[in-house]
Amino acid sequence: MTIIALPSYDDAISRYEPVIGLETHVELGTQTKMFCGCRTDFGAEPNTQVCPVCLALPGALPVMNRAAIEATIRIGLALNCEIAQWCRMARKNYFYPDMPKNFQTSQYDEPLCVDGYVDVTLDGKEYRIGIERVHIEEDTGKTLHVGGATGRIHGATESLVDYNRAGIPLVEIVTKPVPGLGALAPEVAKAYVAELRDIVRSLGVSDVRMEQGSMRCDVNTSLNKPGEEWGTRTETKNVNSLRSVERAVRSEIIRQAGLLDEGVRIFQETRHFQETTGDTRPGRSKETATDYRYFPEPDLVPIAPDPAWVEELRASQPEKPSVKRARLREEWGISEVEMQSAVNAGAIELIEETIAAGASPAGARKWWLGELARRSNELGIELAEVGAGPAQVAELQKLVDDGKLNDKLARQVLEGVVAGEGSPAEVMAARGLEVVSDTGALQAAVDEAIAANPDIAAKIRDGKVAAAGALVGAVMKTTRGQADAKTVRDLILSRLGVS
Amino acid sequence: MAAISREEVAHLARLSRLAVTEEELDRFAGQLDVILQSVARVGEVAAEDIPPTSHSVPLTNVYREDVPTPSLAQEAALSGAPDAYEGRFRVPRILDEEE
Repeated sequence: MTIIALPSYDDAISRYEPVIGLETHVELGTQTKMFCGCRTDFGAEPNTQVCPVCLALPGALPVMNRAAIEATIRIGLALNCEIAQWCRMARKNYFYPDMPKNFQTSQYDEPLCVDGYVDVTLDGKEYRIGIERVHIEEDTGKTLHVGGATGRIHGATESLVDYNRAGIPLVEIVTKPVPGLGALAPEVAKAYVAELRDIVRSLGVSDVRMEQGSMRCDVNTSLNKPGEEWGTRTETKNVNSLRSVERAVRSEIIRQAGLLDEGVRIFQETRHFQETTGDTRPGRSKETATDYRYFPEPDLVPIAPDPAWVEELRASQPEKPSVKRARLREEWGISEVEMQSAVNAGAIELIEETIAAGASPAGARKWWLGELARRSNELGIELAEVGAGPAQVAELQKLVDDGKLNDKLARQVLEGVVAGEGSPAEVMAARGLEVVSDTGALQAAVDEAIAANPDIAAKIRDGKVAAAGALVGAVMKTTRGQADAKTVRDLILSRLGVS
Repeated sequence: MAAISREEVAHLARLSRLAVTEEELDRFAGQLDVILQSVARVGEVAAEDIPPTSHSVPLTNVYREDVPTPSLAQEAALSGAPDAYEGRFRVPRILDEEE
């Protein structure tokens, strides 16, 4: 194997133009599977959510889940697609034990939704990503390869299969090829997947959690020289985080540029993204795998959504995330960058609910994007699971607004809240964290600080007000932080006759 | 002219992971050819105004509500399997596949 020197990303992009395309799978959050009434609970004991239909026992007949069809139409509408008036399911035939039927029920040349678009904003600029199709299919079972050293197929002697996931409704969303992005291709790809995730989440049809596999991405990339025809694309699978989407496109651009520089032809292949190294490796050969011999599924009748039903769904679509973001940005009085960080933290709904519970927008944002975001990052958990809810955050902020807690004490109270010690008021009382509001006690501490620091006091008397900070610090120390800094400062200044 | 070639039958056998001998290839190719030729005769009488039929019953939109129904117990689900291990179906290693 020849080792090819890889160009830098900037170098690669200066000589080649990328064309990208994305295929995203979203597992729907329905109660039951696509074609049978088996539950779809995550993490159940293996092969306990299976029945004759999803195990493909002889004579079993599938019946479509109406909620899955509705969810697919909702996704299609949210992506500005046309909804087919008539379409069929198809059998995608392949030989692999992850489907007991020896085929996957999917859609082929008649998808339920076609020809839409998503507008993606990156650094204030808008990019329109065309949507080729949105179709409904079913997920496959989970195979566990044993006997090999690594648990992968290579070297394995046998496979163990759990069909709980087989038959869970899966929606595939395919973009049109996206040319003309230049160096921004990796970032736009990531922004698209993030927007898609937000849209699907807003519809409430899936929890779209990439780390749990309920949203998965395949990334297609090709390169061509300016003015020439599009190159041959590769398909990178196993891209399971937003960051990986960006890395996968970037590394594939660099890899292909290296080959093209040496005059090596790119051939169409499936590659796998490597989470650890950030590059892609060749996957299984598609020599025969592409020969799926699709044909219309005879056991399922055609889908012909009643136009009145589609219009009803259209009229009851929730507010689009982009529209909602613009509205909230206005209401909260924040910049686009600040809005973006709230979106990235997954904090929008939490902040909204905190405001609804009585906090100011600034107060709500401060806690969710500060202490609580830090905690969720550190523990690698969702912001909603950090142990404090909107009502508690609103209560905490109220204690601050009422002067019962200062910033430092509030942080300690929050610590107690997430540790499960109770509500903010309870933690404050139990830990004795309330701000010292007893003016007599504070006055004594102020007098003590002035007496102990005559030089500084003299400076302040001479008008050097900035020097008061040192005395404030001394008072805060004696009160163990349980005083309001501004009150202390005012007391010091009035004691020393400075207004 | 044959409706299906010997090579096509060999290709289908490979896709289906069926071990077919040379002799069987000859035999199946002949048999499948007869079947396909018979079906092709139906195509001869189908006029332009008759679309290909995938479903013989004029039904659309047959759905079920998203309401769970009981599944099989694990033991029952695995009872017909040639082999099982720790609640899972045990199958031979997949040949010709590498990740």
